[in-house]
Amino acid sequence: MEKISVNSISKSYGNVEALKGVSFNVDGGELFGLIGPDGAGKTTLMRIITTLLLPDSGNAKVCGYDVANEYKKVRTLLGYMPGRFSLYQDLSVEENLNFFAGVFGTTVQENYDLIKNIYYKLEPFKKRRAGKLSGGMKQKLALSCALVHKPEVLVLDEPTTGVDAVSRKEFWDLLKELKMQGITIIVSTAYMDEASLCDRIALIQNGKILGVNTPTGIINAFPYKLFSIECEKPTHALENIRSLSICKNAYLFGNSLHFVSNNEENSPEIIAKTLEESGVKVDSVNEVSPEIEDCFIERMQRQ
Amino acid sequence: MKVASEVSGNNVIEVKDLVKRFGDFIADDKLTFTVGKGQIFGLLGANGAGKTTAIRMLCGLLKPTSGYIKVAGYDGFTQSDKIKENIGYMSQKFSLYEDLTVWENIRFFGGIYGLWGKQLRERSEELLQNLGMDQHRDTPIADLPLGWKQRLAFSVAQIHKPAVIFLDEPTGGVDPIARKHFWELISKAAYSGTTVVVTTHYMDEAEYCNQIVIMVDGKIVANNTPLELKKEYQAKTMNDVFLRLAQSASRTE
Repeated sequence: MEKISVNSISKSYGNVEALKGVSFNVDGGELFGLIGPDGAGKTTLMRIITTLLLPDSGNAKVCGYDVANEYKKVRTLLGYMPGRFSLYQDLSVEENLNFFAGVFGTTVQENYDLIKNIYYKLEPFKKRRAGKLSGGMKQKLALSCALVHKPEVLVLDEPTTGVDAVSRKEFWDLLKELKMQGITIIVSTAYMDEASLCDRIALIQNGKILGVNTPTGIINAFPYKLFSIECEKPTHALENIRSLSICKNAYLFGNSLHFVSNNEENSPEIIAKTLEESGVKVDSVNEVSPEIEDCFIERMQRQ
Repeated sequence: MKVASEVSGNNVIEVKDLVKRFGDFIADDKLTFTVGKGQIFGLLGANGAGKTTAIRMLCGLLKPTSGYIKVAGYDGFTQSDKIKENIGYMSQKFSLYEDLTVWENIRFFGGIYGLWGKQLRERSEELLQNLGMDQHRDTPIADLPLGWKQRLAFSVAQIHKPAVIFLDEPTGGVDPIARKHFWELISKAAYSGTTVVVTTHYMDEAEYCNQIVIMVDGKIVANNTPLELKKEYQAKTMNDVFLRLAQSASRTE
């Protein structure tokens, strides 16, 4: 059953159209990723889902309740971790947690099972003020506070932005554990490589959804052959490569190049030969499976 | 591909047994590495690894406790002002003046970096042409797309043609097309001889570097190309390499 449904939502701020008719559903127990760059509309969408902002048109439901008309009910069912750290900096770890439990009419003891895997790392610091915690610790406390009333749906706005790679991995491991406990999670990120950690993703750009699918589904739907090219001075070679008639698109991908082929006949041999003829010194050409970033670029250009 | 440290006589950064102590705490413990001219050098580490302290020393903002450090040919102990004149810096949260135009921002930063008169005019024109933003010279920064602002901020940080430019999570948060453009710009700067130092938490940015140093608990635990590191740790991505090395860390911020 779907826990979140978003139907044709639009929202403008003055002349800026932040969301342009966005629709998608999130099923119960899903870990759903909203993937897109800064300014794509992710935060606006999350604020609408969490009843903090009204859409100009369209509607959204959480667990069947309308986010506009039944916002009081929706708020009891949601846990929300905003992008900016929003706990009380001058309250201690323990005081913050008790406060959020109290607001929702429950106690930390009652739902301790749900947060114990997250909270046990914080427990040694429970008397410390939240403002004095490290980035990784703040993030764990914010997650604990969002969970303390045992919500059915957890909404996380860019929880891993600015967090180091080790803490990021720990955080995603925690999300997987929460998912196992049946909580539905919607999480946003600007980092394409986090897409593969979600069950399903929506790619979002300029207030529009570019596609909704499983990460594998998005990758399998990439409509072209893709090749990885290693060559001397790739950035210089790009100008040559882009002008070739067999090339649909080409761009840097780490230390190599990604070459989007505009026909099915192209093979590594054909591409290597054509490149050599155009004066590019090629080390290797291999057909590769696209990554989410390749798919995002392709869908942006389709628009 | 040759690792920069194998190239001798062409090093823009040379660091040997560099130590920074804060009281009893050793933030950086005997760092040794070199970075060649025109390299894209990535300095990686979890929070608390000693990365920020190392960068502050490389920028001439912090005096080391002991060891040897030379940046752009200047000594980090005695010539930190000279170092500051010969480096550029840009972070993800770059600072252009939103209510000044493109042209005004370029002039302003050029002035700060000590350019004036004809030299400043010529350099500003050159920069506008290279960016393809000539038509937007009178546009306020606030009206530009994020990707453009980022490219402009990068160019402005190089208006004085520094030997080294420091980039802190340079392409975080921008859309993938703008991001590719930006890496092309970085790579072209490197081809033309500017040494680029990148610090980032995002390992896909590390893939664009041609030399990587990874720090754990104040020490260097790896120094190689991304390709060699991936081979050595039998990993598919730099993220896997990093997690293997950094998860052993005992220090946090």
